[in-house]
Parts: sequence; structure tokens; C-alpha cells
Amino acid sequence: MTALTLKDAVIRYDRLTAVDGVSLELRRGETLGLVGESGCGKSSVARAIVGLQPLAGGTLTIEGETLQDVSNQRRQALQRKIQLLFQDPAASLSPRMTVRSLLAEPLKIRGTYTPESRARIVDLAESIGLGEQLLSRYPHQLSGGQARRVALVRALAAEPSIIVADEPTAGLDISVQGELLNLLRALRDRLGLSYLLISHNLNVVGRVTDRVAVMYLGQIVESGPTAALFRAPAHPYTQALLSANLTLDVSRRRERIVLSGELPSPSNPPSGCRFHRRCPLAQPKCAVDVPTLQASGERSVACHFPLATAPVVTPQAIAG
Amino acid sequence: MTLLTIENLNVSYRGSGRSAHILDGVDIEIGHGQSVGLAGESGSGKSTVAFALLGLLADNAEVSAAYAAFDGRTQDFAARETASLRGADIAMIFQDPMTALNPMFTIGTQLVDIQRRRFQKASRKALWARAEAVLADVGVQDAAARMHRYPHEFSGGMRQRVVIAMALLVEPKLLIADEPTTALDATIEAQVVDVLHRLRQRTSASMLVVSHSMGLIAELCDSVVVMYAGTVVESGKVADVLHRPRHPYTRALLACEIDPFAAFDPSQDLATIPGNVPDPSRRPKGCIFAGRCPARHDRCSEKPPQRHAGDGRPYACWLEAA
Repeated sequence: MTALTLKDAVIRYDRLTAVDGVSLELRRGETLGLVGESGCGKSSVARAIVGLQPLAGGTLTIEGETLQDVSNQRRQALQRKIQLLFQDPAASLSPRMTVRSLLAEPLKIRGTYTPESRARIVDLAESIGLGEQLLSRYPHQLSGGQARRVALVRALAAEPSIIVADEPTAGLDISVQGELLNLLRALRDRLGLSYLLISHNLNVVGRVTDRVAVMYLGQIVESGPTAALFRAPAHPYTQALLSANLTLDVSRRRERIVLSGELPSPSNPPSGCRFHRRCPLAQPKCAVDVPTLQASGERSVACHFPLATAPVVTPQAIAG
Repeated sequence: MTLLTIENLNVSYRGSGRSAHILDGVDIEIGHGQSVGLAGESGSGKSTVAFALLGLLADNAEVSAAYAAFDGRTQDFAARETASLRGADIAMIFQDPMTALNPMFTIGTQLVDIQRRRFQKASRKALWARAEAVLADVGVQDAAARMHRYPHEFSGGMRQRVVIAMALLVEPKLLIADEPTTALDATIEAQVVDVLHRLRQRTSASMLVVSHSMGLIAELCDSVVVMYAGTVVESGKVADVLHRPRHPYTRALLACEIDPFAAFDPSQDLATIPGNVPDPSRRPKGCIFAGRCPARHDRCSEKPPQRHAGDGRPYACWLEAA
């Protein structure tokens, strides 16, 4: 069962095409990771999914209903099923409001503020560790973890079925990031939520997502079940990204692939494969032909010469 | 032979009525050519140590040390003597390369100016040539042309290389890097780590890497000092501390590290350290970590002794060496 489908999405800012033909499928009850470096378009995808950014092309389908095909009223109702967990919780909470009024605000905006709904929110807040004594505090009196929990309760106030979390652990100390991730998983299972988790933190993505999609310069270059993709990436970019992850395990260090150059500008993307100028395995063909995302079972990769992901190596993969 | 020795470094801030103790008895030693990591989470005081070394703490900071020496000369922290070492014997690579560079001047001008204090009699032409060579050295392509560019014309990774070049140009005896890769993307971080690696092999400068990232410290350092809430809880060789941590805080912190390549049970909760870092204006009398420590017992209400593990590594805990 699919919670959300994004098909061939294109997002433009003036003449700059930030997202160029991205398709994603979020299954009900799963956590899907979206990874990539700054400027790859992952936050634009998040903004489009929650309705903060119009699509210049492509379609968004929420629980079987395509937004373009329904009335405005229905679209708003569907859009409400998706809530965004903002990257910087401190900036998303008004410094002039107490936690109590911050929690009531989304209900008031939607006109669903009743004593019952208020009680429900306070219960929810309490169940995730925001006790009575915190409710009269202001955002600056909260720790990073507490501020994130306030933002989470606000997102859950609308009773969404899908949460888009944009870098939910950025800026959190490692000793408290686990708390938030454990909480997110417990809430997912308890409330039947689906998550799209956007992050550049590969440790977090590798540990908490079921499937993952890797973006490079506005396109998805690879996707698949997280464990399989981490174990054996098929795209050279995914391989380099994973190898760049700093690890405490000294023995893994020698295998690091250091890419040359930087992320090219999306306003003038390279010809052929967008990664070819930085790719250690690029062939002449890569500068000319645009690779398309090819599915094989649960995995997809957009590369002319994908790396072997299974013990059995296909002749084509070696021929490259 | 040690380059830097600090014993019992204390820093506190006096505010309206109350005072906050930020550093409590920090000991640090850096050998010639050695690279030391200063690890800790926010509020651990790791940046305060670096700023105290550079003489960059605010005016209301009270700094004292039982003993401090840099390159054979004693230093008076209370009188901010180390400030005179800044930009000559000690150079700093700041966390955010955008705010470390002046947007109004070309990179070339800034790379020349930074050398003035060190090489007072050199001509601008000579300093320019030197800057260009070092810029090329840290991996900035087409360095001659790039010297005439402004900071906004550089990407994040390139700016950080410029900042590293700036630090190298003064030929410091000690290079302090404060979260040098935190603001960078993974593949760019790998490039900058590579530059720092090559640098370590080529210069004789010692390095102090201040970071919350154990991965970065494991990558760049020989030894590590682990801080928590203004105190050093444990120190030693990187391999020893990371693989055989003695202090309960180090153990708990390392347990929170995620290895995405290791097999795991998805239904298992991630490790965390419940609780918060104590308020610096209300520090507990006993062990600083006692409030969050899983191995806490009665004695922890008294300040723990400095113990030594079998291999001589110091750690501050009532627990016997395992």
C-alpha cells in the first residue's frame, strides 16, 4: 500500500531547475530516506511534497488521489495528511509564545481547537516527555531535544499519516539524537505513520530507514532497501558518498574514495551523466548519453556501468 | 619533548550576581609534531580551551592555570600572555569559513596580510608569491587567478582550503582546528580531511583538533582528550580510548555512535545518555557525570580521583581500572 507517490517531479526556481524528474514512492508504515549533499534538491522535494513549493512538472499522489485531479478543498484535506518537521526547530517556534500556546496554535489555525483536542495534544506532549512544567516555558528555555519534541507534537496535532522530516537530528548532540530517533520510530508504530527522512547524515539514515534514495544534482541516481544499498552500492556516487563517511573503524579507512571537484551548478548541469566529471569510473559514453534509472528487483540505479551488487557479476558490468 | 603543557586550567564567567564555572581543572599536553583531539559534546568546554589558548575569551572571563608552558616558555593565562602567540606561533582554522574571511577583500590581500606579523620585513611581492604557492598546495586549482577573487566567489570547500592556507602561511608551531569540517558536505569533508592528512605528513607543526566527531578525531589524531561539562574525564592514545574506554561517559558516548554498516536489530532502540549536561552555574560537588552515569554509586557525590589505567592512561572516576 502506497502512502505517497511523487512522479517525474520537476521543480524550478526561475531558470534554475533544482529537481529534474524525481520519482519517489513512500509505502505505508515505512521510513524512506532521501540522501544527498547540499544543493542536490532534497529539501526542494520535501517542500513540494508538503505543498510549499509548486511542481513545474510531474504529479503528487497522496493515498491514491492525485492532487491535480481533485478539487481545491479535497487537495487541502489531502495535503493536511502530510506534515513537515522543520530542520531548525528553534527558528520554527515563535520566541514570544509559551510551549502551551505553541502546541495549541496549529489547532486554532485549523479551527479544530476544542477542549478535547487540547487535552489530546497535552496528553501526546506528556507521553513523549514534555511534562506539565515545560508547558509554561518559552522556546529559548528549551534544550535542543525538547524544542524538537515541541515541533513534533505540533506536526502531529493535525493527525497526519505522513511526516516529512528534514534533517531532524542536525545540530543535536549524539547522546540525545538517539532519543529523538527512538521516539520517531515508536510514534510511527503507535500512530501508523509513514516517514520521509531527509538527511545528509549517513549513520542515521543507515540505521533508521527501510529504503533509501540517493540524489545527485536534482536527480535520483540510486534507490533500494537500505541494508542492501549500504552493503553494496551500485552507483559510483553512492559508493564514494558511503566511503567518505568518517568511521571509528580504522580498518575501513583505506578504502576511501576522494572525489575530485565539487557539486556542479544545477543551472548548467554537465552533459550526459551529471556525475561523469567527478566519477572515477567514467567512460566516454558517460559524457554523451544520459543514463536512466533502471530497476532490477527492489533496486534501481541510473548508471551506464553500475557496480556489481550481487556475488554473481554480469558480463556487462565488467565490460564497462 | 612537549610543545604545550597546561595544568589545572580554570575558566569562569562572572555575571550579575552568579558565576559560571566553564572549565574545571583541565590538563592538556601536546608533544612536538603530535596531533591531539579535543572531543566532547556541546557545553563540554572544548572550544573554551581553544579560545583560552588564543587569548580570545571575553573580558569578563577569569582564567587561571597552575602551570602553563609553550615551547619551553611559561605562560601566564591570567594575564592573557598567550594572546601574543596568536597569528605567529599558534594559528587557528575556524569552523565557519565564511565568517573567517573578510568579504570586502580579495583572497590574495587577506593571505598577504595574515603574514605581516610573522614576516615583517618581507616585500608584498614575496608574500604574494608565498601565498600563491601555499594556496596551490592545499588544492586550490588555478591559484594565481584565484588570488584576485573575493570569498563569495569560492565554494564552501574551497573557502575552507583558503582558511587552512591562511593558518599555514604563518608557519605556526601549533595549529588549532575547531570543527574544521562540520560545515562541509561528506565528499568535500573527505577532500579537506585529505588536505589535513598531507599537511600532517609534511609540516612539523603540532595540531589540536577540536571536534564533536569521534570519526574525525580517529582520522586525524594520535591522542584524544575527552571532555564533559568543563572537565577532562579521560585521555590517551586514540586507539586505546576508542577501543578500551575507561570512563563511563566515554563508554556511553561511544555506544551512541552509529555504525551504519554493522548488522543490527531494527527493533532495538538506539543508545542514548538520558539527562542533560549540568548547568555551569550550579555544578555538582562530586563527579560531574554522576547525574547521568549508569554506574553511579554513593562515592560519586565526592570528587573522583585521577586514576590510571593499566597502560598509564588517566581517567577521573571512582571505578577501579578494569
